[in-house]
Amino acid sequence: MMNPSLEFALLANATSILWADVPAWPAAEFVRATATELNRGARLCAWFGVPEGSGTCLVAVLAFDADNTLAVGRSAPFTGSYPSLTVTHPQAHLFEREVWEQHGLTPEGHPWLKPVRRSNGNAPANGEFFRVEGGEVHEVAVGPVHAGIIEPGHFRFQCAGEEVLHLEIALGYQHRGVEEALTSGPHRATMSQMETVAGDTTIAHATAHATVMEALAGTEAPLRAQWLRAIALELERLANHTGDMGALAGDVAFLPTSSACGKIRGDFLNLTALICGNRFGRGLVRPGGCRHDLEPARAAQLIERLKTALADTEQAVAWFWDAASVRARFENVGIVFPAQAAEIGLVGPAARACGLVRDVRYDHPAGWHRFAQAPVAVWPSGDVFARARVRSLEIQRSGEYLREQLVAPADGDMRSELAPPAPETFAVALVEGWRGEVCHVALTDAAGRFRRYKIIDPSFHNWIGMTLALRGTAISDFPICNKSFSLSYCGFDL
Amino acid sequence: MFVFDTIVHRLKRGCETMAYPKGPAPALPDRHGGALKVDAAKCAEGCNDCVPVCPTQAITRPPGKPVALDLGRCIFCAACVEVCPQGAITQTGDHRMAVRRREDLVLGESGKEQIRLAAALDEKLRKLFGRSLRLRQVSAGGCGACEADTNVLGTIGWDLSRFGIQFVASPRHADGLLITGCVSRNMELALRKTYDAVPTPKIVIAVGACAIAGGPFVGHPQILNGASSVVPVDLFVPGCPPHPLTILDGLLRLLGRLEKI
Repeated sequence: MMNPSLEFALLANATSILWADVPAWPAAEFVRATATELNRGARLCAWFGVPEGSGTCLVAVLAFDADNTLAVGRSAPFTGSYPSLTVTHPQAHLFEREVWEQHGLTPEGHPWLKPVRRSNGNAPANGEFFRVEGGEVHEVAVGPVHAGIIEPGHFRFQCAGEEVLHLEIALGYQHRGVEEALTSGPHRATMSQMETVAGDTTIAHATAHATVMEALAGTEAPLRAQWLRAIALELERLANHTGDMGALAGDVAFLPTSSACGKIRGDFLNLTALICGNRFGRGLVRPGGCRHDLEPARAAQLIERLKTALADTEQAVAWFWDAASVRARFENVGIVFPAQAAEIGLVGPAARACGLVRDVRYDHPAGWHRFAQAPVAVWPSGDVFARARVRSLEIQRSGEYLREQLVAPADGDMRSELAPPAPETFAVALVEGWRGEVCHVALTDAAGRFRRYKIIDPSFHNWIGMTLALRGTAISDFPICNKSFSLSYCGFDL
Repeated sequence: MFVFDTIVHRLKRGCETMAYPKGPAPALPDRHGGALKVDAAKCAEGCNDCVPVCPTQAITRPPGKPVALDLGRCIFCAACVEVCPQGAITQTGDHRMAVRRREDLVLGESGKEQIRLAAALDEKLRKLFGRSLRLRQVSAGGCGACEADTNVLGTIGWDLSRFGIQFVASPRHADGLLITGCVSRNMELALRKTYDAVPTPKIVIAVGACAIAGGPFVGHPQILNGASSVVPVDLFVPGCPPHPLTILDGLLRLLGRLEKI
């Protein structure tokens, strides 16, 4: 029987809680309790194992977006198997595979239990692929090395003629052992590893890590640093959204926008480099604050250059939306339905393009976003058009946000000394990166070192969305579907 | 009207490709710092301050020996520059960093304070590749940043194809590989197969700290610490990621295209 007195512990984004205060259920009851919360409208941010004694505790971090709160619970340590959460809540499917791979806990009833990124010598242990049988059916295998300058992954299409019946994606090729290396950390290399979890999301991952360190120290970064982090985060969003708008244009052979956006993307990267010297924002965010200041003269230069880049973007993107030939190529292609999106737990622009109002900056504001927010960009149709539209709207809104915030800096220091992390404490930080929710969770041991550190890149939630979008679509539309999601391989592979 | 508008906009913008290498190189961001220079003669006796601050263990100082900074491992965070009490490690602001031999990236001792920049390919290879080089790009444990700053060379601002350099969709069409990433064990087989599929003679270019020596992930059991562990490398381009200008300089240097201008 479920213990009715036990409830998930609530905490706000970017805060911590004592490990002892995280409620623990027996495994089967914990799965039921989690399912109950998910039925009440929670979303699964993280589901992972923490070794304890000879067993493993399952830990769940849930988000109640409408209530602006997070909830955390765990199971008592156990070994062997537990009833799979995926059966009733598909958003857990990959988390359960990962826990099975990392800790050997078997989710009984999981429909597709296979490796996530485990190695088989010199390649990932992909396991068996789902196959469709039939005389007209053929299989297309793509990758791991792809035809452009892009990260590796393997795509297996089941097709009837041009139509994709099913797509399965096997990743793990980029696995660098990021999480494993964090054990007993932070170490000397930790900060630079956090900045390269997904290189195009440096600011979001670095901010999430720094925020976790600050929450564990029971403090926060100086306001001025929080202001600068928010600015760098929007510059990162602008660069990536603009680049992908160009790439989408390129994939439908609309070259004016493709050429212009390729260059403007670089202009945005150069604005980040103006702040910290590195086009991807490396060396800027540090636990306790930021390593560089944005002095008034530098800020003035940034504002001036930003103005030009935003005007260029607006023009290049307007060409694109004005062209009926472009709109026709994007409409009704690669659809994810809103109910599917909620069921599989999509995040970021991909979720917002299905009409889900889901944005960490708005739902779980931390740092500077407690004081200044941008409206959430949403579009209902769930197709390539919607995903491009949301990103196009976000370019406008990030631009507006930057114009407002750059002239309203917080005064004070950029960096403060950080106390060592508190022992046996559990901290969560969510940051809305350009792809969606970046989640970092840390649990410290008795000495205040990391006992477990979990990273969830938005791509971890969203790859399955892309496979659903491909169903019933012509295989020749794969490039625009792929680009409209623009997911990370290394952020997934860790 | 729409087509007309598009053409007018395009004409207004004019040619957006930079003048470099015929004209001056675009300036690096002031906080970038460029290549490092290490003057080990300046080091105080027994000073080890820079060694522990380096996140990638690029700096060593064995007892009784001069300090050595391996720019192949360096991610250019400049923590060592900030901490050095003697000013022995300095930023040069120079974007040129590509070398042909791995040891040319180790800085410190007298006569080796700076990078020994890459020499061009030999006459035979230059004749083959000098005006037409097709590369296959392999990301093997890369974070996407080296890939992005390689990709940017194809945009109108840089227009890599004006040098006859292009990235192709099959190793069979390629003259060589451009490798990014620390080379994860899970990519070893794919990288080896891709290399084998490129017809000889072929060249290999390692771009970024990861591809040179493992970068921030150096020493992890899940990686092979760079491209050299799997294939022979002809050009090393340091950085995390290298600035596009640094990558372009490396490519042109390798092809002997810079001295002619």
